[in-house]
Amino acid sequence: MSDKVLYAMYGDDDVLMSSAKKLVSNGVKITEVYSPFPIHGIDSIIGIKGTRLGIMAFLYGLTGLTLATIGMYFFMVLEWKMNIGGKPNFSYIENILAFIPVSFEFTVLCAAHGMAITYLLLNRTLPGMPAQNPDPRTTDDKFVLEIRLSDNHEVTEDKLDELLKDTGFVELDKKIIE
Amino acid sequence: MQKEAAIREPLILGNKTYHDVTEDVCRPIEGKAPKMWYILFSIALIIGLYGAGSILYLLGTGIGVWGLNKTIGWAWDITNFVWWVGIGHAGTLISAVLLLFRQKWRMAINRSAEAMTIFAVFMAGTFPLIHMGRLWVGYWVLPIPNHFGSLWVNFNSPLLWDVFAISTYLSVSLVFWYIGLIPDFATIRDRAKKPVAKRMYTILSFGWSGRAKHWNRFELVSLVLAGLATPLVFSVHSIVSFDFATSVIPGWHTTIFPPYFVAGAVFSGFAMVQTLLLVMRKAMNLEAYIHTKHVEYMNIVIMVTGSIVGTAYITELFISWYSGVEYEAYAFLNRATGPYWWAYWSMMTCNVISPQLMWIRKLRRSLLFTFFISIVVNIGMWFERYVIIVTSIHRDYIPAAWSMHYPSHIDIAVYIGTIGIFFVFFLLFARYFPVLALNEVKTILKGSGQSYKESPDYHKHH
Repeated sequence: MSDKVLYAMYGDDDVLMSSAKKLVSNGVKITEVYSPFPIHGIDSIIGIKGTRLGIMAFLYGLTGLTLATIGMYFFMVLEWKMNIGGKPNFSYIENILAFIPVSFEFTVLCAAHGMAITYLLLNRTLPGMPAQNPDPRTTDDKFVLEIRLSDNHEVTEDKLDELLKDTGFVELDKKIIE
Repeated sequence: MQKEAAIREPLILGNKTYHDVTEDVCRPIEGKAPKMWYILFSIALIIGLYGAGSILYLLGTGIGVWGLNKTIGWAWDITNFVWWVGIGHAGTLISAVLLLFRQKWRMAINRSAEAMTIFAVFMAGTFPLIHMGRLWVGYWVLPIPNHFGSLWVNFNSPLLWDVFAISTYLSVSLVFWYIGLIPDFATIRDRAKKPVAKRMYTILSFGWSGRAKHWNRFELVSLVLAGLATPLVFSVHSIVSFDFATSVIPGWHTTIFPPYFVAGAVFSGFAMVQTLLLVMRKAMNLEAYIHTKHVEYMNIVIMVTGSIVGTAYITELFISWYSGVEYEAYAFLNRATGPYWWAYWSMMTCNVISPQLMWIRKLRRSLLFTFFISIVVNIGMWFERYVIIVTSIHRDYIPAAWSMHYPSHIDIAVYIGTIGIFFVFFLLFARYFPVLALNEVKTILKGSGQSYKESPDYHKHH
């Protein structure tokens, strides 16, 4: 199914922001915004929900902590009660002080790497992937609003042109995509 | 857009646009390297190769080639390890702790400080690995099922905690650094004209798009990583200090070690950042982004952490007498007046007196003076580790075993060699990587750029 996409390019983040506000208040659904740096406040305007990666990080950290605890319990207490200075590790809880540093480090290790890998997978950003931005200038100093007609059944293309006209874009590009 | 007080010095000088920021950072990467770069790179490479050769010789012959003896079983190896780990503390402190505190001046320096951190931790990691002598059994430090029966690594040992701490610190710092680099690599990718460069930066940038959702995730990931890395920074050098503090050697057996080591690490790390950045900003024409104010902020950190270190030295000295333990008292008396008095007093001069000069505004804003002090601090911090390690063990309980440590030429070559390898890495970084966090600097341009701050519109829409 082919779809028509409008790319409105702006030279300034604040101009894009006010344009997005105007479009959204007229019932336009903005599909995507491409920018060279994070624009604070754009998420709520175009209706992007907050990410839940933080919760994921917590879960990965919990996994790390559990693994470290089980591992050290097995190595130091269960399988071989290592005897250090005549003090064998008979119980995990009584020797827990010595196990805190590794528990902490392993928790951080799992949380950080787990979150980073999830982040890359969610973004579909992996080594060797082709560039996904519509215009190379969006990583320099240009900001692009992407509007798909398939997302906007109530608004006609003429109406969109009309709305965009005075928003101060530097370029307007229309593409048919498959 | 966030605005800041008018009296605050702008962080980006001159009349810069978003495009100028891109240009200023990408130009040195896209153009030809200056002749000076080749000269420095060759020198670093030769020194690095000499160090690598010495390491190979050491591995082939055994660690008997070091100047260690029966009394002094730990000397330059562990000194260099702690010195490099300490230097490796500034980068993550700048990018993580200062991110949590919303310090915007970090944005101009975090990228290169973090690169420095990673390379310094590489160098640090070399020492524990080669001091095993038999590098090929280095994997024995990992808790992996083995053919020795129920033999596991000792999780009660600070040396094993170190394995976990250093490897976690290195890998998490690397990830933190790279996550920030991806959007900047995309900028270089989208500008690249030569096919090879285009291909390389396409691979490095992972197909970054700059979508709003991705930026949303990016900011959260940076924040959470900063939150994780902050206690990590403090834990790593605390654990390094446990290597000593949990032993029963007078001079090492001290509860003050963890905070004192962490402060010392930040102190030396910032000094190394100053040494590198003062040269880099000049060589790469980044004076508008890394200027006197940034240097002053860093000098204040050096002053504060230097004062903590100084207080720790004096506390240690006082407690050695106040504790009433004669061995402890002797260890410190011997440090100050024994055969290693020169090392002790070099440490005291470099680390206690020199940071106090930063109270004078004129001095802490002087780039030349800062450069000089940054070198002094790094020398001082090397001596600190040398003093703690060698002077505490060279005169032990039995006077018949008293000894002195004389470094062999391999000791010296390995140490100097790691400095060479470090600079090889850093110079390659400066040549091919965006040395400024482009995407972050652009976010503060309107809030803290000079031309924006001085424009009449700046304070209108509050």
